[in-house]
This record gives sequence, structure tokens and C-alpha cells, in this order.
Amino acid sequence: MNLHAVRAIYLFEMARTWRTVMQSVISPVISTSLYFVVFGAAIGQHMNQIEGVEYGAFIVPGLMMLTLLMQSISNASFGIYFPRFTGTIYEVLSAPISPFEIVAGYVGAAASKSIMLGLIILATSTLFVPLSIAHPFAMLAFLVLTAVTFSLFGFIIGIWADGFEKLQLVPLLIVTPLTFLGGSFYSIDMLPPFWRAVSLFNPVVYLVSAFRWSFFGQSEVSIGVSLGMTTLFLALCLGGIAWIFRSGYRLKV
Amino acid sequence: MKPISEKPIIDIRHLVKRYDTGFTALKGVDLQIMPGEIFALLGPNGAGKTTLISIVCGTARATSGMVLAGGHDIVKDYRAARALIGLVPQELTTDAFETVWNTVSFSRGLFGKKRNPALIERILRDLSLFDKKDSQLRQLSGGMKRRVMIAKALSHEPRILFLDEPTAGVDVELRRDMWEMVRRLRETGVTIILTTHYIEEAEEMADRVGVIRQGEIILVEETAELMRKLGKKQLTLHLQQPLAAVPGTLASFDLTLADGGHALVYTYDTKGERTGITALLGALGDAGIRFHDLQTDQSSLEDIFVDLVSTKP
Repeated sequence: MNLHAVRAIYLFEMARTWRTVMQSVISPVISTSLYFVVFGAAIGQHMNQIEGVEYGAFIVPGLMMLTLLMQSISNASFGIYFPRFTGTIYEVLSAPISPFEIVAGYVGAAASKSIMLGLIILATSTLFVPLSIAHPFAMLAFLVLTAVTFSLFGFIIGIWADGFEKLQLVPLLIVTPLTFLGGSFYSIDMLPPFWRAVSLFNPVVYLVSAFRWSFFGQSEVSIGVSLGMTTLFLALCLGGIAWIFRSGYRLKV
Repeated sequence: MKPISEKPIIDIRHLVKRYDTGFTALKGVDLQIMPGEIFALLGPNGAGKTTLISIVCGTARATSGMVLAGGHDIVKDYRAARALIGLVPQELTTDAFETVWNTVSFSRGLFGKKRNPALIERILRDLSLFDKKDSQLRQLSGGMKRRVMIAKALSHEPRILFLDEPTAGVDVELRRDMWEMVRRLRETGVTIILTTHYIEEAEEMADRVGVIRQGEIILVEETAELMRKLGKKQLTLHLQQPLAAVPGTLASFDLTLADGGHALVYTYDTKGERTGITALLGALGDAGIRFHDLQTDQSSLEDIFVDLVSTKP
């Protein structure tokens, strides 16, 4: 195990975070605060409680998930795409380092950053709404699991992309709609039966539902199913990455 | 040169690289590099030099064949093999926003070495980079970036250093510094494999020269031996009176007329025991041919190289 290399990649990626602290930390915080103002303060006052939870508090887990997903994907995809774009990837490919170690460095850093952002947003939200967390350890566990899973997904996108356009494409065209339609701002139980059934094909529903359970102790989908679906997606991403390194796809000619 | 019994530090066997497009960049290359030598790989653009280096260093995959570095298979035992190798690629690729110090330290970590600020400082000083250690890479000139890439490759104390076109597009001062550095590295036992367009540098620096053409190694030879074998010398005599033809009395010498009959060119072999110059000058005197100046030229490695790659197999 080349721990020096994992550490070097991790610190290199984290240094990028600190260098761009304005755009990587401040901007998600600002946009989340805006969500709170719009959905929480303005609209929320006219909303009934959902499943016994104030609407302002109800959207907190969804907002955290929204940020977690977007940030994990964009950090990890950019992290690996950029050295491919500039050509500095040659050094990583020529180093005595295994695929697992490369992924641990890049994905570890991307996940760390989005976990930090998730926690910052949680802290920010306590300024707007009173909040209590029913299962704090489960909440943290889901936070980490989601961050790692979607950072792996982002890593795959960063390998697949052959231009900055493609890098934005998947987050924009797939992840954003899935997140918004995944019950971040509402309970899928509020939907007509047909659309509720359709929603169950959306993986984000399971993430948000499980995460919400860790806050309020209740969920639309059973927690076991949620955990199973997340683990399945994690396994798919790991499989994809294993294939990338075995085949050299977009990494080595 | 090292004794022949010594094992090669790089052993390339039947290496083939065929791209998905069907283009075959390497057609079964065999090459052995001995420990501690400076080996120059020459070849025209597209001959396969960079492909060969990329496979040995792990940034490209071979279609078939095998490479051992320090006795370790570069695929099966890639950790041990790659730990020995430092690579300075042809293209200047740097992380624009990193500082010199951080990017060089990063390279060392990547190769699994413990931090060693004293060593990094020495490398930066040797490459005249130390006063730029806190500069971001984007603020540096092209030559400085080249130095940074060399520093990165040296940061993990490799036993084998690949320099792919190290002096392409760099100024005289940096070239001189670079060759100075190569000499110093060789003294510490580092094996150096370089590609270059500046053939006079290969001639001056390299212990051995390999010529690659269209994916095949067509020649590997000690530089001095190559010069001796293929080097030709010419003696040019500038005549006082132009000649219409080489006189029959001089037919036994390899003579040609040049400069509209104003010059007589004598070609002779440097490996021959006798050059025949004394006899020629005597014969010229007998024939009453007088000259006012003379000069000799030796074919350079460049001429040899051009000859080799322009000859069809």
C-alpha cells in the first residue's frame, strides 16, 4: 500500500479546495440560504406540516442531499478530468500506485469536501429553522455513504468526459432533475399514486428518504430498502471503476 | 563501457504496440540498456520513440512483448519497476496554480517516498529553481517549467531517468545546465535514456546510440564505434587552376571534382590503416597540380543518421 501517494493526491486535491474556497464553500452556502428564504420563510409559512414536521425543517435533509450529490459529482469529476485535460495525469499513471490508491486519493478528497459542505449547510440551516436529529450517527453514516458513492460516480464521469461540456452534461441533465424530483422539497407520499410509483425508480428518492429518517425518525420508503438501493449504486460505481482501470479506458492508450 | 556480463537495467523484448486505428507504432522492438550508461534514442518524428518510452514508464500499454526494469516486469511487478523510473515527458504539462515547491513535493509522495525537504531543496538549487519555489507554475517561463518537470522526475531519486526531447525549445543556458546535470547524475550511477533532435548532443553525451525508424530499432552501437565505422573523412583541395576532369594518373584515388573544377575532393575511410594522403599529395605534385588551400571534414552523427533513416530497409 503506497500510503504516501494516497496522502499526496488527497492533500493536493484538498489544497485545490482551499485555493478556491470562495467558489467551493461560500457559493453552496449562499445558494442553500436562498432556498431557505424562498422555500422555508416565504412559501413554508403557507405550507402545512408534513408528517408532523415543520416544512422549513422538513426540507433540510433534502437540501443537504442536493448539495452533497452535486458537490460530490462535480468535485470528483473535475478532480480527475483536469489532470487528464492538462496532461499532468502522466505522473499518476507512471507512479508506483494501484488503481485503488488513485481512487482513494481522488474520491476521498472529493467526498471529504462534500461532507464538510453538508455539515456547513446543516449548521447554516439551524440559523433558519429549529432542528433536532433523531439518529445522529445514522445521519453521519448516510452522509459519508452518499458522499463516497456519488464521488465514485463523479470519478467515472471525469474519466468518461472528453470535454468540459460533457463534464457538465450529466450533472445538469440527469442529476439535477433526479434530485428535484426525488422528494428534496416534498414527500413523495404527497404525489398521486401513479407519480409516486414512477418516483420509486429514482435512486435519489431512497437517499433523501433514508436521510430524512435519520433526522425525523420517519420515512416514505423503508430504511432497509433505502440502504439496499444506495449500496447497489455504490457497487455499480465500484464495478465501473474496476472496469476503467482494467481496460485502461480513456486513461491509457 | 560496463562489462558485458552485467545484466541490463532495462530489458525490452519483442515489444509491439498496435493502436486501435490499426497503426503499428512498434514492430517488435528489442533493446537492452545497461546500468549507468547514457543511451540516446534517435529517430525521425513518428518513429515510435515516445511510444516506446510511454510503455516502459507505464503511461501506455504494450500490445505484446515484455519489459523488465531492474529485473521487475513493468506490468506484473509495476510497483517495483516504476519506483526506479523517473520520466520527463516531451510536453510541458504542469498544474498552473500549484507552487514549484508543492508540485515537486507532490511527485515525491506519489512515488511513495517519505517527505525530504532537504533533498527537494537541493534538487531545486541544482536546477536554479530555489528562488522560485513559492511561485505558481503559471508564472514561470517555458524554460523554468521544463526545469520544474525535471525536478519532479528527480524528486523520488530514480535509478533510471527518461528524458523525452529534453532540449527541444530550450535556450542555450538551460541546455548547458541540463547536460551538466545529466553528467552529475551519471556519476551517481543513474542510467539515462534520452531522445533528442540535437544529434551533436547525442554524439557528445551518449555512450551508446540507438536509431529507431518506423517502429523498428535499426541500429544500436557505441557512439564512438559508430563514428568510427560509418564516419567518412573528406579532404578538399582548392586548386589554383581549375581542372576539366580528374587526370588519368590519379584514377587510383577516390577523387571527385567540385566547385566547377576549382576543388578536388578526396574521400577516405577513417578506419583504414593508411589514409593514402601522402601518396595523393605526391601524385598531385608529379601531375603538376597546385593548390592554394586545403581542408578536411568528418561526417557527423547527423550525416550518419540522415543516411540511415533515408535508406529504405
